[in-house]
Amino acid sequence: MTERKQRILPTVQKPARYTGGEWGEVKKQKEDVRVRVAFCFPDTYEIGMSNLGMRILYGVMNNMEGVWCERVFAPWGDMEQAMRENALPLWALESQEPVKDFDMIAFTIGYEMAYSNILNMLSLAGVPLHAADRKGLKNMVFAGGVCAFNPEPLADFVDFFSLGEGEDITVEIVSLYDRAKAEGWSKEAFLREAAKIPGVYVPSFYRHEYNEDGTLAAIVPLDGAPEKVTKRIVEDLDSAYFPTNMIVPSTEIVHDRANLEVFRGCIRGCRFCQAGFSCRPVRKKSPEVLCRQAVETMTASGNNEITISSLSTSDYRGLPELMDKLLPYCKENKINLSVPSLRADNFSRELMEKLQTGGRKSSLTFAPEAGTQRLRDVINKNLTEAEILTTCANAFSGGWNSVKLYFMLGLPTETDEDVLGIAELVYKVIQTWKEQAVNKKRGLRVHVATAYFVPKPHTPFQWERQITLQEYLRRCHLLKSHFYSKSIEYDYHAPDLSRLEAVFARGDRRLGPVIEQAVKNGARLDGWDEYFDYGKWQDAFRTCGVDEDFYTVRGYGEDEVLPWDTIDVGVSKKFLRLERKRAYEGKVTPDCRHGCAGCGAERLLEEVSCDA
Amino acid sequence: MPRALFEKTGSAVYISHLDLMRLFQRAFKRAGLPLTHTQGFNPRPSVSIALPLSLGVESGCELLDFDLETDGFSFDEIRDRLNAALVAGVRVLSVYDGGRKIKELAYLDCVVTMEYDAGVPHEAAEQMEALFSRENVVVEKKGKNGVTEQNVIPMIRSLTVAEGEGSLELSARVCCQNPTLNPMLLGAAVNKYLPELAPDFMKCRRVEIYDTKETIFR
Repeated sequence: MTERKQRILPTVQKPARYTGGEWGEVKKQKEDVRVRVAFCFPDTYEIGMSNLGMRILYGVMNNMEGVWCERVFAPWGDMEQAMRENALPLWALESQEPVKDFDMIAFTIGYEMAYSNILNMLSLAGVPLHAADRKGLKNMVFAGGVCAFNPEPLADFVDFFSLGEGEDITVEIVSLYDRAKAEGWSKEAFLREAAKIPGVYVPSFYRHEYNEDGTLAAIVPLDGAPEKVTKRIVEDLDSAYFPTNMIVPSTEIVHDRANLEVFRGCIRGCRFCQAGFSCRPVRKKSPEVLCRQAVETMTASGNNEITISSLSTSDYRGLPELMDKLLPYCKENKINLSVPSLRADNFSRELMEKLQTGGRKSSLTFAPEAGTQRLRDVINKNLTEAEILTTCANAFSGGWNSVKLYFMLGLPTETDEDVLGIAELVYKVIQTWKEQAVNKKRGLRVHVATAYFVPKPHTPFQWERQITLQEYLRRCHLLKSHFYSKSIEYDYHAPDLSRLEAVFARGDRRLGPVIEQAVKNGARLDGWDEYFDYGKWQDAFRTCGVDEDFYTVRGYGEDEVLPWDTIDVGVSKKFLRLERKRAYEGKVTPDCRHGCAGCGAERLLEEVSCDA
Repeated sequence: MPRALFEKTGSAVYISHLDLMRLFQRAFKRAGLPLTHTQGFNPRPSVSIALPLSLGVESGCELLDFDLETDGFSFDEIRDRLNAALVAGVRVLSVYDGGRKIKELAYLDCVVTMEYDAGVPHEAAEQMEALFSRENVVVEKKGKNGVTEQNVIPMIRSLTVAEGEGSLELSARVCCQNPTLNPMLLGAAVNKYLPELAPDFMKCRRVEIYDTKETIFR
């Protein structure tokens, strides 16, 4: 008789997401391993399998003797329903065994709106949601990723957080667990030892005290827990582990290609950008190592596409050398090479030409973020109108006829003049096309998108207020009413989702019950339009007596204790305050290559210096 | 153009037709076997699979046509290299030259297994065989242009039902080209006409393929 799971698979959409068995997956004998880790990505297979961080840590853990790390993804709604109806607990792909049988359950969290998926996955696994209800070493839940830089909304559910880059710290954590399990430690004893690993943050070792007005009064470390926990980084990326034997999915995923990360950190300092500050200091990989890894990856995977990734690839000094090596290799082996995140400089323009030999012309994408130079100076986005228009002119005369322009609305100090500045810029782009286009028959498409500004922790704008939802929509409509051309396609982000993202990005421990209630109300897969339902969240806020405005439109005082004050990402609070002041003065801060601005992240480095 | 005969079993049955093409393209690369590419605006590696298999259906007789840039590999070597680069469940049985034209393919043998958790109902096999000896058995077929009705009988060459332990095995030889009968529709016909015999679970396997004269097709 066919077992239950096999009977369900033919009834759900894209069943290959749930079976494992892809090229490159790691299988071990469970009798031969001492520690089994269920590595959970709190979104679907297609999203999770596209994540480089997960691929790296999967390899890091499976390279450890006696450890077997398997993958787990959030099921789509039809599968979840079938699992619940058939009492089938969430399983890991490699062994197809239930997650609740695993020693450790790890999550990587890159997006606040995945919080409901974390709880939903624990619930589907049949694992108690609350850290306090999981008594022994079994099912130890830990989490990392950028959201761990303000982990407080998840403090009730996650036993400990791993901060920063995971290549080294994950090995230290899993080794400690291995020892704890062998020696029969209590959970308490394990967490106490784990907290001594630099970069490990155990939320239950801190008491949060509040003032009458609801703001944080103090964060009290208990029993000698460190006052600050500093994120971990890898100093030498050339010798760091890189997964050249990647898993090759047997079904289509979002980014179905190999990914070559050329450096970490960013020299730009755009004041709204969390990655730009929290990923510092800058560390590069050498073109030789990258090229070797590219060839190894392509040979081992059989992929026909590779992408170069970083926060700003034009800032990678080795780019010309890397391209000189990779372009001929890719051409000879019929591999598509894509280089996103390029700035509008001459080298990039030439490179774009080289990358476009044959095949379709992709569209040009700019993220000016703000419509006027004044506001671009406030946010320190060093992209001028002249740069945008020159690049457009070159592209249009080279046959391109599609441009994407990304902006934010609700940035600090923004006025209606700045909003209308977006429309003016768009018309200048259209004008440029009229003057330069070689083939006007096919017409021009300008895709304009505006996002609702979300203030993020560890940025100079971490104290800022988010504008109200009504005000955001007013600005969207104002802008829309100034778009007359048929060439313009205007999209604005759903405000509900960005408002929730803002709540959780700067949230505190009082949001734990809200997430739990929202999941009880059925919230899950919130990043997907098919499933996102703001009503379920609003209801949860009401039930728990928590006011969203407190975390969004209120704004945080510069002297207020912030929920994420325990977490040190390298950049100092003093520097963030200074940058905020410069923002209000409309002063730009030149990129790090024009001189170190003294952000403080360099103190994380012991062996090398910052490569900005 | 060389041809590979391969099987698709186990969890690989959930790999869709398009995904399987991509999987083979990558497997050839991993195996160090360079495929030629189609000419045109977007060159594609030349692989094609005859008779797309429905998701969830097993097969022991799939055909893949491909074209290598070099003839420096023996057929056995191609088979072994591919098998070392393929995922579990997809296995090349043989590689050969001079395969027949796909348009000469006419019939296939399939086995539909119907599982009954509470035991096979009394005289179920006989009732099913009787059903398929009628002149008209019309089922709904989902196609590109929505749902259409299809009489399955003219497309059935032969059909027998045997009883196994807790299951029935419906073996049939059906048309597989112009027109095509999806073997899972035989199960759908049982569900529609003999609802009391609707199984708790049904699965399907493609067993062999034939030409118009019902000799094995390769």
